[in-house]
Formats: sequence, C-alpha cells, structure tokens
Amino acid sequence: MTNPTNEKIDWLTICNIEDIAKNTGVCADFNGKQVAIFHIKAASESGGSEVKAVCNLDPFAGSNVLSRGLITEKDKQYFIASPLLKQEFCLETGQCQQDESVLIPTYNARINDGLVQLAEA
Amino acid sequence: MSDTKRASKQKVVVVGNGMVGHHFIEQLVKNHGDDYQVVTFGEESRLAYDRVMLTSYFTGNTADDLAMTTPEAYDEQGVEYYVNAQVTEIDRTNKTLQTATGQKISYDKLVLATGSFPFVPPVPGKDQPNIHVYRTLDDLDEIAESAKSSKIGVVIGGGLLGLEAANAIKQLGLQTHVVEFAPRLMAVQLDQDGGDLLRRKIEDLGVCVHTGKNTTEIIAGENCRYRMNFADGSFLETDTIVFSAGIRPQDALARSSALALGERGGIAINDQCLTNDEDIYAIGECALWDNKIFGLIAPGYAMAKAAVSHLTGGEKQFTGADMSTKLKLLGVEVGSIGDAHGNTPDSQSYSFVDSSAGVYKKIVVSSDSKILLGAVLVGDTSDYGQWLQLILNKIELAQPPEYLLLPEIEGDFTNAASGVDALPATAQICSCYDVTKEDICCAVRDGAQDIAAVKSCTSAGTGCGGCVPLVTQVLNSELEKAGVTVNNDLCRHFAYSRVELFDIIRVKQIKTFEALLAECGQGDGCEICKPAAANMLASLWNDHVLTEELVGLQDTNDNYLGNMQKDGTYSVVPRIPGGEITPDHLILIGEIAKEYNLYTKITGGQRIDLFGAQLHELPLIWKAMVDAGLETGHAYGKSLRTVKSCVGSTWCRYGVQDSTSMAILLEKRYRGVRSPHKVKLGVSGCARECAEAQSKDFGVIATDNGWNLYVGGNGGMRPRHADLFASDIDDETLLRYIDIIYMFYVRTGERLQRTSVWLENLEGGLDYLKDVVINDKLSINDELLTQMSHLIDTYECEWKATINDPKKLKRFNHFINSDRLDEKVIFTTERQQIRPAEKKDLVTI
Repeated sequence: MTNPTNEKIDWLTICNIEDIAKNTGVCADFNGKQVAIFHIKAASESGGSEVKAVCNLDPFAGSNVLSRGLITEKDKQYFIASPLLKQEFCLETGQCQQDESVLIPTYNARINDGLVQLAEA
Repeated sequence: MSDTKRASKQKVVVVGNGMVGHHFIEQLVKNHGDDYQVVTFGEESRLAYDRVMLTSYFTGNTADDLAMTTPEAYDEQGVEYYVNAQVTEIDRTNKTLQTATGQKISYDKLVLATGSFPFVPPVPGKDQPNIHVYRTLDDLDEIAESAKSSKIGVVIGGGLLGLEAANAIKQLGLQTHVVEFAPRLMAVQLDQDGGDLLRRKIEDLGVCVHTGKNTTEIIAGENCRYRMNFADGSFLETDTIVFSAGIRPQDALARSSALALGERGGIAINDQCLTNDEDIYAIGECALWDNKIFGLIAPGYAMAKAAVSHLTGGEKQFTGADMSTKLKLLGVEVGSIGDAHGNTPDSQSYSFVDSSAGVYKKIVVSSDSKILLGAVLVGDTSDYGQWLQLILNKIELAQPPEYLLLPEIEGDFTNAASGVDALPATAQICSCYDVTKEDICCAVRDGAQDIAAVKSCTSAGTGCGGCVPLVTQVLNSELEKAGVTVNNDLCRHFAYSRVELFDIIRVKQIKTFEALLAECGQGDGCEICKPAAANMLASLWNDHVLTEELVGLQDTNDNYLGNMQKDGTYSVVPRIPGGEITPDHLILIGEIAKEYNLYTKITGGQRIDLFGAQLHELPLIWKAMVDAGLETGHAYGKSLRTVKSCVGSTWCRYGVQDSTSMAILLEKRYRGVRSPHKVKLGVSGCARECAEAQSKDFGVIATDNGWNLYVGGNGGMRPRHADLFASDIDDETLLRYIDIIYMFYVRTGERLQRTSVWLENLEGGLDYLKDVVINDKLSINDELLTQMSHLIDTYECEWKATINDPKKLKRFNHFINSDRLDEKVIFTTERQQIRPAEKKDLVTI
C-alpha cells in the first residue's frame, strides 16, 4: 500500500488499468466518496498511459456524472467535459473553463505496476 | 401626423384577394396596422394563394400548401375579409361599394387589385363541356375532372402560361398537344432559334407542338370528343381543350364606375398607382402604367409597395419594371432578359449553340459592344442572374461580349466575384421580395454568415429561388471584404471541414481516431472532433460504437447507448417500426417498466420512452427487450429515429397506398445509419397527410399512382416544410432516391446540420440535388448506393451485441469497485409515476 519514495501518502488501489478503456473514465468508490478517474493515452506520444482524478459530481447539475464525460485536450492540457451541459473542468486543477468561480476537487492518481491507485490531494 | 388623422382609422377596401391584393394588405398591416381598418373582397372561394406555383397543384401541392394566408391569420391581423364576394358597383361620389349579394360598404381609400381574366378567342364551339381556361384552382379541379374521361389534351397557346398548362395536362397522364398561332413557342420572349430549340426539347418529352396554327372551329370529333379545325385545312382530334392564349386586365368594375382606362383596356395609373380618382388605387395585372400591362408577379408586388407608400405618406414610386423572366417549363430552363429580340437600333447580337447538350444562348449588345442589352437562354439559365444585373445596371463589359457566351472555365472564380462587386448597392438581387444588394450586405454585416442566415433575415431567395447563386456570390464577396476568412476548420485539432475529413477517412480507409490524427490532425482531440469522427467512422464502416478503439470518442448518449437525463439516469427507447406494435410487445414493455419502476411516456415519433434507468439496469432491461424480439431504437444516436406513419389503405377509407408497410420497410432499411444529425421520416397514405411527412427530413406521401417524395422538412426549433422532390414514383425508385439523397447528405452535410439547413445551403438547391440524384450529375450514385447497401447489410442491434459481450458490459455499473448505487439518484412520485426528486421534494421526504 505504501510508496517507498512518498511514505506519507496512503494509496488506495481501485482497479487494473485494463479495466478503464483508453481515453474514458470510471467512477470509483474512494472511502465513500465518488471519484472520477480518467485513463489518458495520448495519440501523439509513444503510447504511455496516465490517470487523472477529480470528483464525480457535476457542480452545475448536482449529479454524479463526470466520469461519463468526454476527455478533451487543449494545448497539451486535459479537461473533462460534463456529459450533461458540457462545461469543461481542468483535470490538473479542477478549474471550470466556462465559469471562473467554479473549482472542483481533484485527487492524486497513479498507475502502479498495472494498478490504478487513488490518494487524497 | 395631425391629431385629426390619428383620431379615426382610415378604412381601406381592397377589391381582389389575389397575390398582389394580399401583398398590399401584408405591406400595409405589417408597418401601419394600427392606423388603418382593412377590408378585402375576393371572388374566389379561397383567400390569396400562390398562382405562380399553380401547376404544382398536380404534382403534390395541396390548396393549403399554396395558400398565402389563412382566415386565422387575417383575423389576427384584424383584416375583415369576404370570399365568394363579387363587387359589382362603385359609387365614387358617396364612396361606397356594392356586392352581387347586395352588401353595401363604405371606404376612405379603395384599392383595385382585380387581376386579369384569360383571353378566349371567339372560336365557334368554345363554350362546350371539357373546354377550360387555366387561371384558378377551381379551373384546375375542372381540368382534372375532365382528364378522367380523356386520353388526349390540347392547350391552345404556346406562351409561358400555355406551356405551364401543357405541363399540367401531361402530369395528368394525357397525351399532350400545344397549338400556337405564332410561328414559334414563347414568341414574346424567344427568338426563332431559341423557340426552335425549346420546341425540340419539349417534343423529346413527348409533347406534340403545332405552330402557325389558327383554330377556326371546334366541332364533334370522330375518335375523340372534339375535332379542332385549323385555317390551313389541317385538324386535330382531342378530348379536352385548355385555352391559354393570353390574359386581359379585369377592368369591368373600373369601366362601370367611369375610371380612366387605356384604349385596349387596363385601369390607367400614375407612378403612385393612383387612378384618376385620388381615393382609388389600382395595382397588379388590372393596372395600366405608361400604356403597359405587367403580367408578372414582381411588378405587381412593386405596385403594391408603391401604393402602400403613397397611402402612408412615403415616397416610393412605381417606375416600370423589368420583364425579364426565367423559368423551367416542362423541365426545360428558359430565360429571356431585356431586349431579347435586338430591337434597339444598331444593336448587335452573338449566339452560342451546343446542340449535343441542348443549350442555346444569345446576347444582344449595344453598337459599341460595351453594354449588354438583352439575352435569350434555353437549356441552361445559369448565367441569368449575372446577365440580368449587367443589363439592369448598364455595367460596361470588362471583356469582348463573346466571352460571355463561352462555357465557364473551371476554377475561374475571379470573374464571378468582380461581377458582383461591380453591381451598385441598389441593384435588385431578389425580384420576388425586392431585396437589393445593399440589403444583403447589411444582413452580412449584422452577422449573417451563411446562405441560410441571409435567407432568413432578408427573405432573398425564398420565392422562386432563381437568385440564390447570385445571393451566394454577394454573401461570399461581402464576407471576404469583411476579412472573414470563411473558416470551415472542424476545430483546433483539424484544419479541415467535415466534408473534407469525410473524404480523407473514406479514401484513406481510416478506421480509428488515432490514425486520423496521425494523417491530418494535431493534439488529442476535443468535444467537437471526437464525436464528429466517431460519427463519420460509423457512417462509413459501421463498427460497433463501443469497441475499444471507438468508445472514448462517443458523445454523452452514444457512450452508454441511452439518453442521459439530468440526474444521470437514462431513458430507454425500443424501436417500434412505423409505430406498429403487437399487444404482446406492448404488455412486455409495460411489464419491464413496472419491474424497473420506469416513467413511461409516448414520444412524438410513435414510440415509447422509458425513463429513470440506472447504468447497471440498462443491460438487464435490454436483455428482456432483445429476448422478446425488440431492438434498439437509436434514440441516442445521430441516426435514423422513426418513420411515422398512418394506417393507410389497409384500414383507412381514404388511404390510397399501404403507408404502414412502406414505413416499416423504410425504418428497417435505414435503422442504425449514422449521419451528421438525426433523421426522421414520415409516410402518409393519402394527401390528408396524417403522418405529417412534410415536416420530416424525408416525407413520403401516397398518390393514386405511387408516392410523392419530399425532402428537407423539419419541425422543432426551426420549422420548415419539406420540398417536393419527385412525384408519382414507384417503390423501387423511392428507395433508390432516398438511398442516394441520404448518403449524399451523410457525405456533404456539416457536423450537426439537419437536412433542412443542408438543403438550404446546398449551392443550386433543390434543382441541383435533383440533378445529382436523378441525372447522376456527379457520377457518384453507384458509389453512394454501394455505401448505403454496406450500411444496410452490416446492421446489427447495438444492444444485442452489447449484452453478449462481457467486456462492453463491464462499463455498465455506477462504481468500478463497488456494487453500491449512486445515492444522488432519488425519485419521488407524480401522477402515479416516478420523477427525479428536486430540492423541495427532499425537504418534505
């Protein structure tokens, strides 16, 4: 469970990376919280996978749907577009692109030996 | 304005409710409705209808389609109207009118828009049954009635209207003849060579033309009902005769009230359209201006506007009108502009003949060859708009005149653009709605950036449609000047339009988004290009949308094969082809809805929508559906939705074809085909149109002889009546046409563009589409048909495939690592069914 280089972080294993189709998301039960995890596999790079995580709640609709959104890219930054009204949230910062005042929680996520793991930010 | 004038409304009475009378009323009510009380009398049983489109009454348009207004609309505008009401007397001293039924009414201002009546030469025997004129819808009903007991029909008159009438008779299935007194057809508009070519083309269509024939009498025939004897001793037998030998101004009322008339009839008017009585205007075909009668619609409208202007204190005048015409007669394009006969002293003419293509063009130029004066076009009128502007605005020719006649060299757009730029701001581009170049430029400056937007804000091109190519040129030139590079790039990841990308995918056989990015894109894609690419890949290769390579591209609904609702639950819609469903399936759907506690609602497309399904329930619900023989309805896809139908001839006592079977056939044929946007069809079993097919992308309406096909209709946010594409076609032709148009739309439509907007933006419009589909102008029909059969052959129910694939099923769970449900999905009850709970509900719970 622990990472030798970063002893303080508690990583929780969620699933295998193969369980998340590339460039889609899933919703994880993370200690009772709903977290949306995205499997990003850039087309241009040489095929490396990475994972990003934000809360699953769409703050505009009040519904738990962000994991079912569409991943978008702009200037090498990744965003998740809500499946409901398409507001975009930065997967690094949680910043909403259409409304400056809206910021959603983000989580630490990593792929460790083929396992997708989550930790509090 | 003085107080006295404002105090009481002036009473304006319009005698005649044809197109021009109605246009006057519209113009007056639109801007000055509060200042006038408007009353109108019409002799016909209907309010104003589109007489220009009269012939289309035989090819599918109903009286309602042709109507220019309705009793409800007049009521709403406060217009008092009387139909079947003939005004018989004007008392100019007391300013009152009297009708044939004795009704009396006063007026402050009177407008005579009594139109014209068909001229019938005094041939002995003309007043017998089955001999008609061609002017009103009632005339057409009578002609249709005669046709039922006729084999042969003759039109007397080879002018513009005569050829229209011949077309109508041909549509009714009669062996058709045209008899003309002059030595050629359309003698007023065409020269001998043009007339000869028109004759050849019309005869190729199976219409017999007899020129130089003077009918002396109509007597009983031996093989047919009648025999027409001609002055040269020849004769012709026929069952039905239609006189279309010109029109005469309907000036009887003016005559009896002693208004000034012309020597050969017509109510004399001045530039304000006033008669010699300053309280009486005359407009349209009954009016005589500068000793001329104007038998076209555009001058009539211009008179209506001048009269409204004078009445309301404006300064617009009627200063004559250009009598150039362009039309399609019996499928042959004909145009005549300005001095077509070269009557101007010292004028010179040039002509171009392409007998293999059946094209004749002649131009008449001034003696110094600098100014175009007139032109004749037969077989190809694409130059009409450009040349008309050159003539009307007396623009000096940039090149020797013969250059005008040379076939356009491909890619040479500079000429066209400079042509439009040379036009003055006041140049009238659309004569139907009097739209000038400046009006279009204004609309573009105010934000209209495509032809559909220009049409909707200026009305240009929405009448006869002849000016659309020119409007497009003005639009493009204006956009270019404004520095708007018309950027069709799909998004920041692809510097190509959808149409270009579609071709790249097709030609290079690209099967994945990664391959497309590698071929011609950059970055990783976004909410625009990903679903667009997924859609195009599906249109071409038809792979399951949830395969590993494609799933990440799908938009919200395709992503889980359901329509996501605001709380993250989905609605489920099984396909019910043609709206036909067995009681067993109805019961099954009800049982499923009960088992999963779903909200049920009947959709507008004759099917059933089940709401409130959660992610994990979708496969269970669909398994039950698929096991019972139901399949996905693609309510979530940019694809065929429904084919709405009525019960048709199977049950209905009015039905003439089996519309339900046709609807089911069509729905099963096109199910699953993905396109730039959703596609809806409708099939009606008779002209009553209970399936509302004319509001669909493809509308099919039964006729006695087959089907009429309509395209480009839309309901919803931007309603549009579909255009009639083909009449009386058989099943096989119907499927072939829809196959081709559908695939052509798939190939050339913009992202999220419905067929209605696509058709409006299609350069060349409906005629171009017909040329592509019916004449295979682009030689791509075989390819389009092959592509469509590939889609039809590779159809599979996406849900059936999904429930049989454990890998795909894994995604249908709210949590990847838990069987918990989403605690935010909470329902409450309303009218005995569930609905998503709102905040206020949660407080009370």
